[in-house]
Amino acid sequence: MDLSSRVYTGVSKVVGPLIVIEGVEGIGYGEIAEISLPGGETRIGQVLETTTTRALVQVFRGTRDLDTEGTKVRFRGEPMKISLSAEMLGRTFDGSAQPIDGGGPVIPECIRDIYGSPINPSAREHPRNSIETGISSIDGMNTLVRGQKLPIFSGAGLPHNLLASQIARQAKVTGQAEKFAVVFAAMGITYEESAFFIREFEESGALERAVLFLNLADDPAIERIITPRLALTTAEFLAFDKGMHVLVVLTDLTNYCEALREIAAAREEVPGRRGYPGYIYTDLASLYERAGRIRGREGSITQIPILTMPDDDITHPVPDLTGYITEGQIVLSRELHRKGIYPPVDVLPCLSRLMQGGIGEGRTRADHAEVKNQLYSAYARGIRLKSLVAVMGEEGLTPLDKVYLRFCDRYESDFIRQASYEDRSFEDTLNLAWDLLSLLPRSELKRISKEYIDSYYHGVEGGECKGP
Amino acid sequence: MKKNETMVGDDKRDAMNSKSRDGTVIRVTGPVVEAEGMAGSRMYESVRVGKAGLIGEIIILEGDRATIQVYEETTGLVPGEPVIRTYLPLSVELGPGLVGTMYDGIQRPLEEILRRTGDMIERGSSAPALDRTKKYRFYPLAKEGDEVHEGDRLGCVRESVSVNHFIMVPPGMSGTLMSLAKKGEYVVTDTIAVIMSGSEKTPITMIQRWPVRSPRPVRERLDPVEPLITGQRIIDTLFPLARGGTAAIPGPFGSGKTVVQQQLAKWVNADIIIYIGCGERGNEMADVLEQFPTLKDPRTGHALSSRMVLIANTSNMPVAAREASVYTGITLAEYYRDMGYHVALMADSTSRWAEAMREISGRLEEMPGEEGYPAYLSSRLADFYERAGRVSLLGSGGHEGSISVIGAVSPPGGDFSEPVTQNTLRIVKVFWALDADLAYQRHFPAINWLMSYSLYGNMAGQWWEEHVGPDFIRMIQEMMEILQRENELEEIIRLVGPETLPESDRLLLLKAEIIRESYLMQYAFDEFDTYTGPKKQYRMLKSIFSFFERAERALDSGVTVSNIRTLSLIELFARMGSSSPEEEDELFQAIARDMESMKNLKGAF
Repeated sequence: MDLSSRVYTGVSKVVGPLIVIEGVEGIGYGEIAEISLPGGETRIGQVLETTTTRALVQVFRGTRDLDTEGTKVRFRGEPMKISLSAEMLGRTFDGSAQPIDGGGPVIPECIRDIYGSPINPSAREHPRNSIETGISSIDGMNTLVRGQKLPIFSGAGLPHNLLASQIARQAKVTGQAEKFAVVFAAMGITYEESAFFIREFEESGALERAVLFLNLADDPAIERIITPRLALTTAEFLAFDKGMHVLVVLTDLTNYCEALREIAAAREEVPGRRGYPGYIYTDLASLYERAGRIRGREGSITQIPILTMPDDDITHPVPDLTGYITEGQIVLSRELHRKGIYPPVDVLPCLSRLMQGGIGEGRTRADHAEVKNQLYSAYARGIRLKSLVAVMGEEGLTPLDKVYLRFCDRYESDFIRQASYEDRSFEDTLNLAWDLLSLLPRSELKRISKEYIDSYYHGVEGGECKGP
Repeated sequence: MKKNETMVGDDKRDAMNSKSRDGTVIRVTGPVVEAEGMAGSRMYESVRVGKAGLIGEIIILEGDRATIQVYEETTGLVPGEPVIRTYLPLSVELGPGLVGTMYDGIQRPLEEILRRTGDMIERGSSAPALDRTKKYRFYPLAKEGDEVHEGDRLGCVRESVSVNHFIMVPPGMSGTLMSLAKKGEYVVTDTIAVIMSGSEKTPITMIQRWPVRSPRPVRERLDPVEPLITGQRIIDTLFPLARGGTAAIPGPFGSGKTVVQQQLAKWVNADIIIYIGCGERGNEMADVLEQFPTLKDPRTGHALSSRMVLIANTSNMPVAAREASVYTGITLAEYYRDMGYHVALMADSTSRWAEAMREISGRLEEMPGEEGYPAYLSSRLADFYERAGRVSLLGSGGHEGSISVIGAVSPPGGDFSEPVTQNTLRIVKVFWALDADLAYQRHFPAINWLMSYSLYGNMAGQWWEEHVGPDFIRMIQEMMEILQRENELEEIIRLVGPETLPESDRLLLLKAEIIRESYLMQYAFDEFDTYTGPKKQYRMLKSIFSFFERAERALDSGVTVSNIRTLSLIELFARMGSSSPEEEDELFQAIARDMESMKNLKGAF
């Protein structure tokens, strides 16, 4: 096809981030358009709807300064692509994959469609290698596994960035030296936040193994729709072509969804919950499902998407739909944060769906699953008692209840709390867990087999409540 | 009902492929495509769109224009590209080779697609649903010259170690059997019989086609008469499902829907399992694929995958195919039911299916109903669940079959008042409400015993008393009363504290605790706890209830509840579920001994 004939001058309509071009011919759905402004600037857009004579295009860097007469639109005849190379490691790009670190353009080893194709479910390998993050509340209670997508549900002002950077710094699969890389995509976060990540990566030496895509708060909102896809296409290349284990940090997905909503509103689509479009589940899935492992290939993609829950509301559509797609979630709690506990992981609503296959004999330790269950049930009971105490004081409690309360406090202050540079091994975490479980009477450990109790329990036989 | 014209599709479709175009694409927006020049097309006809031959289905007709939902990614599709009609509704292929296979939502075999196009699913990939080269050993079950009718068995092939696959006369057809293949090896496309009806001779192969949106005909629908045994204690005893019944499991994310669904798939006493992963996680499907072939089915001793069909349309696969996946699954279920099998179908999750409808409806700019869902949501849900049931089959054998449907629902924010949950509850007979609070405490299965219900309770109770042991109904009623009363007491404790409770109430709390932690809670990942057969369930119940009686008597004679709590049997109860068959007797004896020792407690005072 002669591409020069696919240049059109003038647009018939500009509304929000969208433009309409009339009198076109043969424009493909999803293809990329280059929009040249009268001032000489070029922006990239994508076809959202096409008919025999008309194309609707979303412009990623916004429609400011566009006019209806002088604007030139050239259709490329292909979907959005990205040039990929192993040389991208250590580089920083903007939200549209243009270098912003002063280096030259990427000399491509290959060029890929950023929307990718879905992995055939029968090509997937079920992830089973647990990652040691060195953080007890994750390793002990919600173990992360290579190839998993485990989001952090946070709130404004909570230390999710510190936690994400600690995970990126400490994450390892014990006993294996493998090629490791970090792909970081920022969507609408502030300059300060992004500088924090860059500094953290620099200090830990991870920067040379990292690829950064930055769309900051003052960058165009619509660009956020492609930023994570550029990052994930890069991650797929590093993982499945170069055999690396890639950790992808995406932040902040709430901003991404806002951008989707903006386009839906401009298109006057029927809104779903809270004004988000009906296809937001499918759209989010097209990002999250790009995590995983493929049978017979070396590498893996592990995703840690971060999102801030508006008003700490876990039922807000963004965390809600995310939770239905991802394999669990790490939820941060404002209450623990106020108590000065870092990381403020609220373990009760947390979950790692792939944990079961990644722990146990030969992976972490044989007693891991049962210890986790016992900790959960004991902590949940402690929390329930606390709400009771808040109403009527401690007088009415039985001695056993008081032991549970003590367990609950110690669990938060010793097990959950750790320093941002403290790296605990699985062994450390599980031993710590037994120290806490040994506060309880032996007969309370109903979820643990006798053999493990015999080898690890070191409390007084009746626990601390040998009383009346 | 005359459906046979849709059955002989292969030749017609081949004829069509030589044709270059019927209509022309004029508009593309996501999965929705408009085409003109489509005069004469039928509603829900299957079409091929564009040069890549993407699979689509007509969902609106207006003049010579058709609106088509496309089951594959439409990126790159250009107005002006051709649309080719198939003259057939969206159909599935039915025949030997279904079990043990994983399909996508429109019945493309994913393992074969993997061999053809690699690790990623590329657009326009296709492969026949049934392996055309595999030979099956055919055993005739009729004679030449027989008068045969729809549903009659012509022969049988061994589809897998667990499944005998009957080759039946397709619905809508009857006549004289002119010829029938002899015992021998055949591929699915070989003609194995010729039926003469009037003056028309129809060759029959092992493949039938059936349009997914139409239910297959049956002779008569029957009431369910026995429970489906799942080995999950809370389900079998408190909220049973019937063979041929329908159940919904709604729950917020992380409450264990998928684990419950997988547990049912593994342990339910059905002959054939259809598992639909509709808009769910790819890694989960990989888990099922790796796990199920290695799992030994307790009844047959063979791998579970030898009697299971998997349909995987993960959340990142095209949305329209997700909408179709549920129909594809239930059509396969009906086909096996027609052979006289008991089929259990799990759909995880029907909310994703409903959302796919919403997404398509939004693209069509239809007037939305509640929360943006189309107004036909409730009728589509009803149509789907109504395809479940116990039935008497067509054909002369007088056979029976059943389909039990278990649909997971994923309500946004865990709010059961949303349209999908509510419309589902109006249809299904069993409601297993999953509870986030229970899940947070790692009480699994997190089925809330106060909110859930089963309308098959009476039928199941009688079955238990007849087949397992007496006194079952009384124990279940008492169990529900204890749990209900515990809930009330907790309210009181919240207000006035526990110290004011009389001893009788304290005992009730202990009883409830034992029921919850030792009976209702069941650990899916424990080798033995994962499945409890009816006999053991009954034994556990008996043991718990005889303890309750003795504890009451002890209380009357002055023993306190804190004394009773020191008994080691309370710890032993918690180990009943996970005890192996070898340990079981010993454990129950130890519990009995400990109960005896309760008499001595009085001496403590």
